[in-house]
Amino acid sequence: MPLGHYLVLSGLLFAIGATGVFVRRNIITLLLSVEIMLNAVNLAFVAFGRQFGTVDGQIITFFVMTVAAAEAAVGLALVIGLFRHRESLNPEAFTSLKW
Amino acid sequence: MAGLLDWLTAPQTIFFLTVTMVVFVALQLSAAVMVYAERKVAAFMQQRYGPYLVGPKGLLQPIADIVKLIFKEELKPKAADTLLFAAAPVISAIAAFTAFAPVPFGASTTFFGFLDEPMPLVVADINVAVLVIFAVTSMGVYGIVLAGWSSNSKYSLLGGLRSSAQMISYELAYGMSLATIVMLAGSLSLREIVDAQQGYWLGFIPKWYAFINPISFLVFATAGIAETNRAPFDFPEAEQELVAGYHTEYSSMRFALFFLAEYINMVTVAAVSTNLFLGGWHGPFIPEAYGWIWFLIKLAVLCFGYLWLRWTLPRFRYDQLMSFGWKLMLPLATINLLVSAAGVLYFGL
Amino acid sequence: MGFDQLLFYVFAAVAVLGSLLVIGQTSPIYSVLALIVAFFGLSGLYVLLEAPFVAVVQIIIYAGAIMVLFLFTVMLLNVPREGASDWDRGHPHVRVWPVRLGTVLGVVMALQLVWALSRTVGLGAGVADQRPAASEVSELGRVLFTDYMFAFEVTSILIIVAMVGAVVLARKREN
Repeated sequence: MPLGHYLVLSGLLFAIGATGVFVRRNIITLLLSVEIMLNAVNLAFVAFGRQFGTVDGQIITFFVMTVAAAEAAVGLALVIGLFRHRESLNPEAFTSLKW
Repeated sequence: MAGLLDWLTAPQTIFFLTVTMVVFVALQLSAAVMVYAERKVAAFMQQRYGPYLVGPKGLLQPIADIVKLIFKEELKPKAADTLLFAAAPVISAIAAFTAFAPVPFGASTTFFGFLDEPMPLVVADINVAVLVIFAVTSMGVYGIVLAGWSSNSKYSLLGGLRSSAQMISYELAYGMSLATIVMLAGSLSLREIVDAQQGYWLGFIPKWYAFINPISFLVFATAGIAETNRAPFDFPEAEQELVAGYHTEYSSMRFALFFLAEYINMVTVAAVSTNLFLGGWHGPFIPEAYGWIWFLIKLAVLCFGYLWLRWTLPRFRYDQLMSFGWKLMLPLATINLLVSAAGVLYFGL
Repeated sequence: MGFDQLLFYVFAAVAVLGSLLVIGQTSPIYSVLALIVAFFGLSGLYVLLEAPFVAVVQIIIYAGAIMVLFLFTVMLLNVPREGASDWDRGHPHVRVWPVRLGTVLGVVMALQLVWALSRTVGLGAGVADQRPAASEVSELGRVLFTDYMFAFEVTSILIIVAMVGAVVLARKREN
């Protein structure tokens, strides 16, 4: 498979994730779209790593996955805290700085 | 097209299809055998007879159970999410069957000269087999949590969440003890781990990892029991506590699928323990080509051990269960990993 | 079309369809499940790229741990469908024009990326043509613990910080 195919797929997934961030009005789905973007980047790393015949691409994906896991954990904890405060998961409910 | 037909009738493909069918049927039969064995063992431990009416010594009891389950009415709560309610037992069953795919159960064989070169007796010979089993077991959590959620009832949701929280907590100790064995064997492939346990010390003590690393064996077996929601870790599905936990609202064949998935998970955990710690299919007095007989014997001993535990020990309460997993099993497995790493470096194993 | 090419298109289709379902439909539980399906497609692509370890670790970590976390949160908060006006009282209507504009922006981004890639040279060569794969787990471990040692240690600190932070942030205040 040409490298270009993998990169186009990665770009497409990144764009889909970005669209999700623009369009969705639910914080949890926003976090899911961010996960899609991170996965698109992982795919690009592994494809390049395969082309150059090194393991570096795969190792960087471990770090990306770890960062994604940490970010998901803290993000969801924040979502729970926000939900307790405003009873809503719509990001537009949190636009005012002061209650 | 001719190439496809050649590939379909090649000896390797026929062998592969035969092994797959044998494993598939054997897993279902083993679930039936485990159902019967559980009731008989429970009965003898409680000083009563088990099933003895249906067939000689009650041997046809599992068939009677299956027939009863088939003829029951399929119920679905009105407020249940239809797609997820139907999909949850299917996910559990798929994960249970798939988890056994990378497990080898016999030595490489040419099948009495049918094949050109020896092929291992396994459905999928993967070189990262240990990790694949771990991954598929993680997928089994979804069957349970989706069953609890989609039933739209309090008991089911609580039972499903508790059960899945228990499973993901014990996956950590499971993974740490797996990592210890992988370090000792130097490979992630189950076949190579079993082959590293060949041979004997002093002529009669087999070189099993259960003897080199008994703590790892105990942690793995305990975490395996907790993973499959068996007693004494079966609080989430205990009848006296939560009605029946996540499968409260299920009946007939969907319940049968959950039931089947639970017993096959138990057999898979026992099979993986056999391969990792008890030397798999190696044993004296039987030629290597029939090593699967030893595999079955060791598997049966481990399954009997699981049944014995169920009917001997009282059930853990949920918070005791979680603190046992996080505060005892996980640190124990981690320290064991560190000590084993030091041992491997120092003794050059 | 070779078998590998067919598999690439199948897995790519699964990943793209799963991602589209994540952002396209309203129920959060189905979004999480669609993302799990997309992760399986990506895992297949990693196997095609001869990175079996990354493929399995993707399933274990992403589909098996992170998504379980998302699923627990969705179930415990009982998140309803988006725009359900009887619940989201503060903002009852889905605003139509922002959604359309956002979609247009996303499509523009996709087109820009594809256009930029099509004008790059050297992407036509096959991924597996030039050098042999380095996919042995022992090689991965060796490079991880020698060349990337610092990043590894920093990642472990990051995980501890994230764990402690998540527990503290999600704790109930005793008032």
